[in-house]
Order: sequence, then structure tokens, then C-alpha cells
Amino acid sequence: MNPFSTHGTRSFRGVIWMAAAVVVAAGGLAMASLLPEGNPLHASAFVVSLAGKYLAYAMLALSVDLVWGFAGILTLGHAAFFALGGYAMGMYLMREIGARGVYGNASLPDFMIFLSWKSLPWYWWGSDHFAWAAFLVLAVPGVLAGVFGWLAFRSRVSGVYLSIITQALTYALMLAFFQNGLGFGGNNGLTDFKDILGADLHAPMTRAVLLVVTGVLLAASLLAARFVVGSRFGNLLVAVRDAENRTRFLGYRPDQVKLLVWVFSAMIAGLGGALYVTQVGIINPGEFAPANSIESVIWVAVGGRGTLCGAVLGAILVNLGKTLFTAWLPEFWLYGLGLLFICTTLFLPQGIMGLWRHVRKPAPEEVTPEVSDTQGDET
Amino acid sequence: MTDDLLLDVRDVSVTFDGFRAINNLSLSLRPGEMRAIVGPNGAGKTTMMDIITGKTRPDTGTVRFRDRDLTRLDEPSIARLGIGRKFQKPTVFEALSVSENLLLSLKGIRSPFAVLMARRSEREHERIAHLLQLTRLQAMADQPAGGMSHGQKQWLEIGMLMGQEPDLLLVDEPVAGMTDAETMATADLLREINRTRSVVVVEHDMDFVRALGVTVTVLHEGSVLAEGTLDEVSADPRVIEVYLGR
Ligand SMILES: Nc1ncnc2c1ncn2[C@@H]1O[C@H](COP(=O)(O)OP(=O)(O)O)[C@@H](O)[C@H]1O
Ligand SMILES: [Mg+2]
Repeated sequence: MNPFSTHGTRSFRGVIWMAAAVVVAAGGLAMASLLPEGNPLHASAFVVSLAGKYLAYAMLALSVDLVWGFAGILTLGHAAFFALGGYAMGMYLMREIGARGVYGNASLPDFMIFLSWKSLPWYWWGSDHFAWAAFLVLAVPGVLAGVFGWLAFRSRVSGVYLSIITQALTYALMLAFFQNGLGFGGNNGLTDFKDILGADLHAPMTRAVLLVVTGVLLAASLLAARFVVGSRFGNLLVAVRDAENRTRFLGYRPDQVKLLVWVFSAMIAGLGGALYVTQVGIINPGEFAPANSIESVIWVAVGGRGTLCGAVLGAILVNLGKTLFTAWLPEFWLYGLGLLFICTTLFLPQGIMGLWRHVRKPAPEEVTPEVSDTQGDET
Repeated sequence: MTDDLLLDVRDVSVTFDGFRAINNLSLSLRPGEMRAIVGPNGAGKTTMMDIITGKTRPDTGTVRFRDRDLTRLDEPSIARLGIGRKFQKPTVFEALSVSENLLLSLKGIRSPFAVLMARRSEREHERIAHLLQLTRLQAMADQPAGGMSHGQKQWLEIGMLMGQEPDLLLVDEPVAGMTDAETMATADLLREINRTRSVVVVEHDMDFVRALGVTVTVLHEGSVLAEGTLDEVSADPRVIEVYLGR
């Protein structure tokens, strides 16, 4: 049976708390990083960039939950949108290097000179403007998702077939971005960034601000997602998820419904990718790897699908686990992740959020249908 | 003459993997009419509804609704023209509450952006309250639809059908799983609906069909075998043979 069928009225009050917690935590950590080194509360640059990375991943997880948890689209290619957002921001950061690169060319990034290119390809035009980069961060994943989704949903591709083509999409992009000739730095990707909007990317203050910005944008994305799934449109999404055909006979077009949430989700993923790049300092084709998309689905499953909060929790906790685990037993992380996924599916089908609900309400939300007074006993 | 018809199904045939499920079927309905369709299992009753609602495309023949050819339209377009359907197996949105189910069914907003921005209006509130009362589901308004009994789901689906305010309702086996009292209440409800809308209802339950008191069409092997009052068709030797020789 569908594990969601017992939720009934779906409220997302917890999302507001989660958004507030994210902002407070990011702000607190940012302030701690500005304390002098000797202070016991001082947070190192490593911890700050790690936290920034987790929050960026949480945005990816949130975007996966929107389509998987609420529209039933099991995406195995969402890291593609994340990586595209990352590349869009990376282009700007590359141009910010200016004449400080190895070849000292103010208008061409190093890797283009290495390829003996004489001028910027057209798709790099304008990338020295932050506003244009910020636009591309949302527009590129949005447009790609729009085209892909329009084709897939219109031809009624769904279920495992859709999962497979999302995986193929990210794989194809990975292969393309490995090509030097594509103009995105080949397998090295984009890196060696110096500053953002004139601020030194390695300065503690810049890093602190970036962490806070990431926290605020994650919180904003959570609230936007809550608005979408808490609205009548959210009900329609659930209707499409559980009984797509039925919605057609009510006059709705499920392909359009899915397309809208799919594009919105891709934009959140792109934003997450852009924030990731500013704090991790590199974007390369490895970010398109199919395994990344699959990992992001596992974060959502562990946190609790269809809850929004669960996506954020899952992304942070699993990645924290990954950081600790890989420092200890690097070769075994993938096995650990696989085991975690299997255990979640078997014992915690609603993830950590399901556990949380269980603890808060020991008697699970059992549905006792009250037979209305005028009706007798039925079947 | 044909201009007066609300629905005109003409010479329609459908073949599934060589099996003729609908065979040269013709059937028409005047505005305001209620028609009962009976026939043994596999006669093609549900398939006929699939064709009218755009789920199945006929191999040959035409289906006219007023002046529109339905065979060229898809399901949402046909639904928006004013044809509503209740499925044989009740299909409601189980994870949503009863009133949320009704809200989605209400005639009006259908484009995704408009749905995103929609807020529950006073009129919608009243419509839902009215439908809850008609379907006797007030007590369950905020319960998830998935937790209801089979009969209650049937009623909810009828409520959703009314929410759409269609001109033509196609109702497939509405009383399956209902008690006798509920069956009679459903017949009353359909007669009430028929005061303002046209209805095609498929049902096996002869007491129910009798209670409707309308023209009956007997379907057999994908075509019309007989048509008339219930007494007329039940006296028809071909009908008796089909039912007894099953
Ligand atoms: N999509 C389909 N594919 C193959 N056969 C079908 C399909 N739909 C219906 N049929 C067949 O067509 C016949 C008529 O079915 P149906 O319309 O459901 O009958 P009824 O509703 O009168 O019981 C049955 O023999 C059924 O097996
Ligand atoms: Mg049938």
C-alpha cells in the first residue's frame, strides 16, 4: 500500500522551523568562524566550507524531494541540473580571475589559451557579469528541464523508463563536459577561482558571508517549496502522483502539472550547484556522474520522502556520515551507503521524519473511517 | 434530427489484438435524457465509456457531442467540454482528504499556474459543503479518502462528478458494493441529478435499473441487442437467451 495514503491532511508547519534552524545554524557557524583562532568556539575554514557544501547538497535533495516525493517522478539525473548551475557560476568565477591566471590574459581563461583559442566562444559572452551568471544559474537548468520534461511527460514516459532517461541525460552531459572542445575546461573543469564580486574567496569574511547566503537561500527554497506543495497545486501534484489518469478525466493535464514542478525543482538544484561552487572552489564533469544523482535520492529516502524537511535532514546527516566514514574507512563508504539505503527501505520506509512522527505520536496516524450516521455497514 | 442530439455514437468499432470489443455500435442520447445500459460482463460497456471520454480511440465510426467530434480530442479536452465520468472501480485521490478531492473536482480552474495561485473562495466553500451534504460525507470531510469504505468512495466519486458540473455524466456501475438502502439512495440521487443533466448509467443491478425508470439499452458482444423499457427488454427472447445462456 502507498505509505502516503495515511497522511491525509498534509501540513508542513515543520518546514518553517527547519528554515529558521538552517539560517540560525549557518549564521552561528559563520560568526564562530570569525572568532580569533585561539577561541574555543572558533570554527575553522574547513568546517565552514564543509557546512556550505552540506547546505548546497540539501538544496539538491530538496529539489529531488519536490519531484520524487510529490509528483512521483523518481529522478536519477538531478545532479545534472545541480552541475549546470555550478558551471554557470563557475564561468563567472573564472572570468573574475582576469589577468591573474598563469597566462596573464585578462579576457581568456587559462584553459582556452591552452587550447590556443583566440576569443571567447559566444556562450561565454557576458559571463563576467555576476547578474548574467545568476540568471544563467536558474535559466540553464530551467530551460533544459523544460525541454526534457516537455518531451518526456507529453509522450507519457513514466516510472522506471523515466528514471532511466534521466540517468542517461546526466551521463550524456558528463561525457560532453569531459570534452575539451566544449569549452568548459574538460576533465579539469573550472577552478583556481580568486574572488567573487571583488571579495577574496579565501578570506574568512567572504566564506562566512557565503555560508550565510547559502543558509538563507536554502531557507527561502524551503519556504518556496512549502508554498508550492501546500497550495492547491500541491494537492493536484499528489493526485497526479497517485492517480495520474484520473486527473485527466477531471480536465487537468498531468504533463503540464509535472512540467511545472519539474522546472521549478531543476532551478532549485541549479541554485544549489552555484552555491556549492563558490564554497568548494571547483566544478568538474564528475559532478554529472550518475552516482551523484543516485546519492541524492538516497539522502531523500533516509530523511523521509515527501516531507521537505526530511530532504534537508537526510542530505546533511548522510553527508556528515560520509565525511566521518571516509576519513576512517574510505574504501567502504559505498557499501555503507548501500546498506543505509537498504535498511531505510526495509525498516524506515518514511525515513527519519517517519521515525520523528512515530516518537511524537506513539499511536500512529491510523485512519479510523467514521461511518456517517445515515450510512450502514459496508463491504 | 441529429442536431437535437446531445450525444451521437455512430457505427463505432474497436478491436483489441484482433478481438472486437465494440462492433458497429450506435447509440444516441437526447439532451436531458437518462439512459441505463445493461449487458453481461465483457459486453463492452466500459469500453464504450472509454471511447466517449477519449481514453480509447475507435477504429471506425464517429462520436459527436453537440457539434464536436470527440474522436479527435483527448481526455482533458473532453472533460472540459462537459463530460464527466465515474469509473467502475472507484478512483479517488487516496492521500487527499474528502474535501480536497471535491475541491480539485470543482468546475473552473484547470491550468497549473492558476491552480498554484488559487485560494479557496467563498463560493468553493459553499459548493463543497453542498456536495458533502448530498453525498452524506460531512463527517469525513477532513479524513483521507483512502481510509473510506468502498461504498463511501463510490459516493465521493459521484460527488466529484457533480463538482465538475458536466452536461453529460457517464456512471459506470455506481452501486457495486452498496447495501440495498444505499443502492436506492443512489438511484434517487441520479434521478435528482438528471433533472438538470443528462446521464448514462451502466449497472447490473436490476432493482436499481428499475428504480431509475428510464429507457434501457442492452449491450451484447459490442453492439446494441435491444432497447426499450426494462419490461420490454426483459421480455425480449434474445435478451433472455444472452442472460441465461451465459
Ligand atoms: N485495453 C484493452 N485491451 C484488451 N482487451 C480489452 C481492453 N479493454 C477491454 N477489453 C476487452 O473488451 C471486452 C469488453 O470489456 P468491457 O468494456 O470492460 O466490458 P464490460 O464493461 O461490459 O464488462 C472484454 O472482453 C475485455 O476483456
Ligand atoms: Mg465494465
